[in-house]
Parts: sequence; C-alpha cells; structure tokens
Amino acid sequence: MRVMFFAISLLMLLPVMPARADTLSALRGRYVVDPSSHIAFSVAQIGGGGIQGVFPRFSGTFDLQPGDMAKSRVTFSLQPESVATGEPRVEKFLRSSAVFDVEAYPTITFRSTAIRQEGSDHAVIQGVLTARGIAHRETFEATLVKRQGQTITFHVVGDLMRSPYGMDVGTPIYSNVVRFDMMLNGRRR
Amino acid sequence: MLRNTRTSYGTVAIVLHWTIALLFFAQIALGFLTQAVADRPRLQFDLYQWHKSFGFLILALALVRLAWSLSSIRPLPLPGVPRWETTAARTVHRLILALTIAVPMAGWMIASTSPLMIPSFVFDLVVVPDLPFTRSDAIEAFWSRTHALLAYGSGLLALAHAGAAIHHHLLRKDTTLARMFGAHTVR
Ligand code: HEM
Ligand code: HEM
Repeated sequence: MRVMFFAISLLMLLPVMPARADTLSALRGRYVVDPSSHIAFSVAQIGGGGIQGVFPRFSGTFDLQPGDMAKSRVTFSLQPESVATGEPRVEKFLRSSAVFDVEAYPTITFRSTAIRQEGSDHAVIQGVLTARGIAHRETFEATLVKRQGQTITFHVVGDLMRSPYGMDVGTPIYSNVVRFDMMLNGRRR
Repeated sequence: MLRNTRTSYGTVAIVLHWTIALLFFAQIALGFLTQAVADRPRLQFDLYQWHKSFGFLILALALVRLAWSLSSIRPLPLPGVPRWETTAARTVHRLILALTIAVPMAGWMIASTSPLMIPSFVFDLVVVPDLPFTRSDAIEAFWSRTHALLAYGSGLLALAHAGAAIHHHLLRKDTTLARMFGAHTVR
C-alpha cells in the first residue's frame, strides 16, 4: 500500500519536473550572479557536527561561450564580513584576525582558469582563489540545475583546504576541509 | 617505598603531590592568560585548548590521588605541633584535594554548557565528551564565573598551604616540608 502510494506520488510529480533537455552546450551569454543565490559552507568537527554557515554578500559573473565551455569564464567574489552561522561569537571569531581578518582582507575572490565540460550538464571549474591575500588553485564542480527564461541555476560544490590561506586555526578539532555548497542563479545581461 | 608509613610519605603520594602542585599553579596562570590575550583570537583559541587538555590531565591525576589517599594511611603529625594546627592542616589538605577535582569539573561544565560546542580534544589525542546539560550563554557565563572563583580561591588556599609548609621549614626548622620530599619524621 505504502509503496503504491509512493509510486503514484512520483508519477504525479513527473509533469512538473523539467525534461533534462538543458545542456551546457546550449548556453551562451554573460550572466551576473543574482543576490537570490545561496552560498553555504561547512566545516566538520571531531566527534560529529561542525560549523555551518552562509555568505549572504557576494557578486560574480559567468561568461558562457556557446558550444565551448573551455572558452567560458567564471568570476566570483564574496565578502567574508557577511558570514552568518547563527552564533554571533562564532561569526566574530571568523571575522577576526584568527580566520578571515576582514579588516585587512575584505574580499575573497575566485577567477576561473580552465573549465572542462563533463557530460551534458556538468563542468569542472579550475581557478585561482585568493583569500587573506594568498592565491591558490582550487577546483569546483558545477551542475546545471535549471534554465528558465533569462536565468540559469548552477549547483556548485567544492572542497577547499583552509591551511594554505593561513586559516588553519582550530585544526585538528575542526577539519582543514571547508565544503562549499552553492546554488548560483545567473541572470542574463 | 611506594606507600605512606606512619613516619613518611611514599613515592606515589610525593610524586602525585608535586606533579599536581606544579600543574595546578601553571594551570591558573594559563587560565589567566586565556583572558589576557582576548585581543589575539588565534592565540586565545590555542591557549584554551591547552588549558582544557591540562585541566583534564589534572582532573585525572587528582582522581587517582583521591583514590590513593583514601586507601592510604597518613604519616602521624609531627610531635609538638598543636592539635588545632594539625586539624587546620588536615582540613586544608582535604579542601584543596577536593578543589583539584571541583575546579576542572567546573571547567568541564563551561565546555558542556557553551553553545559554541567546541569539542575537548585532549592533547589532540582523545575527545572527552561534554556532560549532558542544557546549553546557553547565561548558563555558560555562570560556570565561567564559578570556575574562575573556585580556581583563584583554591590558588590562594594553596599559597597559604605552601606558605605554612615553608614556615615550618624555615622558622620552625622541623621536617614537615622534608617529609614531602621523602624524609622520615625526625623527633
Ligand atoms: C609549592 C607549593 C607547595 C608546598 C611547599 C607544599 C608542601 C606540602 C607539604 C610539606 C605537605 C605535607 C604536610 C603534612 O605532612 O602535614 C603537603 C601536603 C599536601 N599538599 Fe602541598 N604543597 C604545595 C603545593 C600544593 C598544591 C598546589 C596542592 C594542591 C593543588 C597541594 C596539596 C596538598 C595535599 C592535598 C596535601 C596532603 C597530603 C597528600 O594528600 O599528599 N599542595 N604539601
Ligand atoms: C585544575 C584545573 C583548572 C584550573 C586551575 C583552571 C583555572 C582557570 C583560571 C584561573 C581561569 C581564568 C578565569 C578568569 O580569569 O576569568 C580559567 C578559565 C577557563 N577555564 Fe579553567 N582551569 C582548570 C581546568 C579547566 C578545564 C578542565 C576546563 C574545560 C574542560 C577549563 C576551561 C576553562 C575555560 C573555558 C575558561 C575561560 C572561562 C571564561 O570564558 O571566562 N578549565 N581556568
């Protein structure tokens, strides 16, 4: 009975799900990252749990070349000062000289250097991330989620080591790995 | 000799006494330092972790010491020491032994009630789980105050205790202090 119900619910959902016709190859144009995007990060801690947060202030662009992801460009920057974790003392610590040092380094930037398409809706983005004045190569994985009128949505994930940026405070209690999980809405210009 | 006798402290009591005495005073200084470096958050974070690690070490040693002292005989008071002094000394000994347990327990309560939920990863070797209590800034602040009060209070008591021992040694010239280094009672 439960299984039947579940199956029927799934069937009813089908018509609202977009047909997976959208492919990266069909995209073109210059998009600005919309403020409705969501930039979440998490750092695991020993014994389970960890720190989860978002960066509400950011900006960015995607420059997509039709049929050729390799020529496309992505830039992104965020204001670490805007970090929100739900715990003011943690936020104060993250903004301080112990971590982001937002007074000396108000922005964290990313600039792609190579984009490789993998499959119809997936791309691997390599680039240079600069935080606390230190530039380092990083890789993110982007999946095209939705394309609707003038907006496209990418789900972008990436694991970064924080130690190269002089942000290793708290290791090994808190993992060296920062996991980024972002929903980027691009608005066509 | 490992065990105490009626005229001397055994090696176990002596080693525990001086190890804990050293760690305890150093730990008070370290605790004070965690508050003094509030403008250097990175250093402060690291000092907190060292403080917690040494705190748990002291707690473990103090529990061993409690068990050892409960199952040991005590050297008899030195001849000629007034009864009230012996009673006062014994009371202070019991009190500071209890405080070497109560102070780190109160510290453990800070970690356990703090909404920050920073794990106690003792010497980066073992996680000591938090005690199951409600977390809030107010409850944490209460335990911070209690911990600080108990820590500085027991520091003063331990200083008075050390002062009394040194008084015995320098002015009364008896074997009170020497016994804590392995000497036997001299009449
Ligand atoms: C440098 C400072 C210290 C000196 C010179 C000192 C000296 C002594 C001496 C001479 C005794 C033997 C007293 C007797 O036989 O009646 C003693 C016992 C004792 N001391 Fe200290 N002490 C010092 C620091 C401390 C500290 C910091 C603590 C606790 C944190 C402590 C806890 C005890 C206890 C509990 C005893 C009872 C005997 C035992 O259980 O081993 N002492 N101390
Ligand atoms: C014998 C062991 C310990 C001693 C003598 C000691 C002593 C102290 C002292 C003197 C302070 C500074 C208080 C102030 O100035 O406000 C302090 C702070 C602190 N201690 Fe301990 N401590 C001990 C064990 C522990 C343990 C086991 C923990 C946690 C697991 C701990 C956690 C803390 C914390 C979190 C603070 C900062 C409190 C605040 O925010 O004001 N301590 N300790």
